[in-house]
Amino acid sequence: MLNRILPVLTILIAIVAFWYAMAIHMNAPWQNTLNTRANLENVPVTEFAQQTWAQAKPVLPAPHQVFSEIWSATVAMDLTSKRSLAYHSWITLSATLLGFAFGTVLGVLLAVAIIHNDATDRSLMPWIIASQTIPILAVAPMIVVGLGAVGLTGMIPKALISMYLSFFPVVVGMVKGLRSPENIQLDLMRTYDANSWQVFWKLRWPAAMPFLFASMKVGIAISLIGAVVAELSNAAGGGLGVRLLTGSYNGQTVQIWAALFLAAGIAAVLVALVGSAEKYVNARMGARA
Amino acid sequence: MQKLLASVAGGSAALGLVLSLTSLSAAPLLLIFFIAGALTLIRFKKPLPIWVDGVLMVFGAYALIASLPAEGTMPGHHWLALISAWAFSWLFVEELSTAIRLGKLPHTGTGLVIPTIFGLALLIVWEVITRGAGVPPVLLPSPSAIAARMAAETYILTQDFIQTFIKSVLPGYAIGCLAGLLVAIAVDRSPFLKAGIMPIGNFMSALPIIGIAPIMVMWFGFDWQSKAAVVVAMTFFPMLINTVAGLNAASSIERDLMHTYAANYWQTLMKLRLPAAGPFIFNALKINSTLALIGAIVAEFFGTPVVGMGFRISTGVGRLAIDLVWAEIAVAAVAGSAFYGVIALIERGVTFWHPSVRGGRA
Repeated sequence: MLNRILPVLTILIAIVAFWYAMAIHMNAPWQNTLNTRANLENVPVTEFAQQTWAQAKPVLPAPHQVFSEIWSATVAMDLTSKRSLAYHSWITLSATLLGFAFGTVLGVLLAVAIIHNDATDRSLMPWIIASQTIPILAVAPMIVVGLGAVGLTGMIPKALISMYLSFFPVVVGMVKGLRSPENIQLDLMRTYDANSWQVFWKLRWPAAMPFLFASMKVGIAISLIGAVVAELSNAAGGGLGVRLLTGSYNGQTVQIWAALFLAAGIAAVLVALVGSAEKYVNARMGARA
Repeated sequence: MQKLLASVAGGSAALGLVLSLTSLSAAPLLLIFFIAGALTLIRFKKPLPIWVDGVLMVFGAYALIASLPAEGTMPGHHWLALISAWAFSWLFVEELSTAIRLGKLPHTGTGLVIPTIFGLALLIVWEVITRGAGVPPVLLPSPSAIAARMAAETYILTQDFIQTFIKSVLPGYAIGCLAGLLVAIAVDRSPFLKAGIMPIGNFMSALPIIGIAPIMVMWFGFDWQSKAAVVVAMTFFPMLINTVAGLNAASSIERDLMHTYAANYWQTLMKLRLPAAGPFIFNALKINSTLALIGAIVAEFFGTPVVGMGFRISTGVGRLAIDLVWAEIAVAAVAGSAFYGVIALIERGVTFWHPSVRGGRA
């Protein structure tokens, strides 16, 4: 256990130390300007470092600034307040989860169609790959505007964009997974006189589970990106993407970093949740850990 | 499946024939299509050759586009013609793939025809629905309108392409992938570094790195440097993780062989382990080729000089110039697919020995 934690801790401490050093370096020019204006001369090095770590709009905020911003904007604030990061996180999270659910269902359905029908495989698969080369960013504003014109606003457009991004890994993984049973296993099913429905539920579907979970881990992280990206084009709805955008327009670096870290934390928790679901399903299916 | 499609194709053609004869309003081309389509129903008595469906598919598409009403909504028999033509193309694709599977047609060549037919059919349905149902161009322009806009704005499109793809994506992609590769080799030498960096690398690759775009714009300014920096950050971690995994791909028996040759670390690396890592490295290169384009376009949402694909898209939506936005999307899609295709071709040449390439389907 210690063998695994020690290296990670070392690297983390190195990163934080490097971060503080870079904060001094990158904030120094502006701090110098401030000190000259305030007629402060010969500031001691330690005090100067602390000044660079406490600017209101630093080029690079220090770690403690970011985390105190997260703390004061989530725990220390009313949850329903529009300035609360928890409120914005919830908006992003709900769109992410809905889009992830859509994407997984769509991906599995497409994969089933692809493995059962040769023509679907040949005609759909190249276009599914091509669809991912279309930058969703480009399509996102139009989906938001277009669905808004039909009367769909809020969570649905964002969820659709998340779906567009997250169905792809599921399709690719599930096609591979549903095809993973070997010929000898399929032959055994034939000797049992199993129909294609039984072959699917009793052989192909269980065999595809590891692939499905691997894909879902990728998919849920991507659908969070999709939700954040969708929010960039719809500033009225709120969400972490909107915090990033307004922070960028107002030069509120601490706000940007706080939103970014929160998004990172949510992504990590979601991936971990899918991972523990995977462990549970594996255990129920009798796999040895 | 084929019987169902055949009856849908022939049946809707027959229904369309009845409808257009009763209302006496159909264009002559559509009438011919309906008659020919309804005649295919005799296939249930006597089998028809494949090319009949292919010809009907092409003719149906032509008749549909040629007889689109100039404005207003399409009459009912027109929609039946759309359904019939779509069913004929699907039927044709089904028959083609069956013929390929049974070995009656060669795989190469015909394998490319099927996705092309699917793509064209999608475009035709899009065109017929947007123009036939009178969808406002602000919501969804027709493919022909987008193509016309592309032809009219080649200068702007080229400028945006150069700014986004040549100036931001390519340098960022090269730097990010190379840095990922080098760090992976360095990490591979030290077990301690590997144990420390890999969990963090896995974690970072799951994060929305797109979010660093506003920070990079603040640090590196509005021009292409900040976009390239975003691309570097996005492409670094997939490359790092894949290369580290790939460097472990050479089996211990192969390494022992190199050991018996008295090969030193660098010789083992260059002659055995890097080549063995090839499929993993190309996997990362392919993933990164689309990630890089997305990253650069997103970064342009956070401030840019007045050129670039992301800039054009974000301002185009604001000015309701949706056909220009779609033109940019088309350019981005073609550029992204071509980039991916080039990497895949190089992969075939370099890792020709790998089972996934030898199998013919990469």
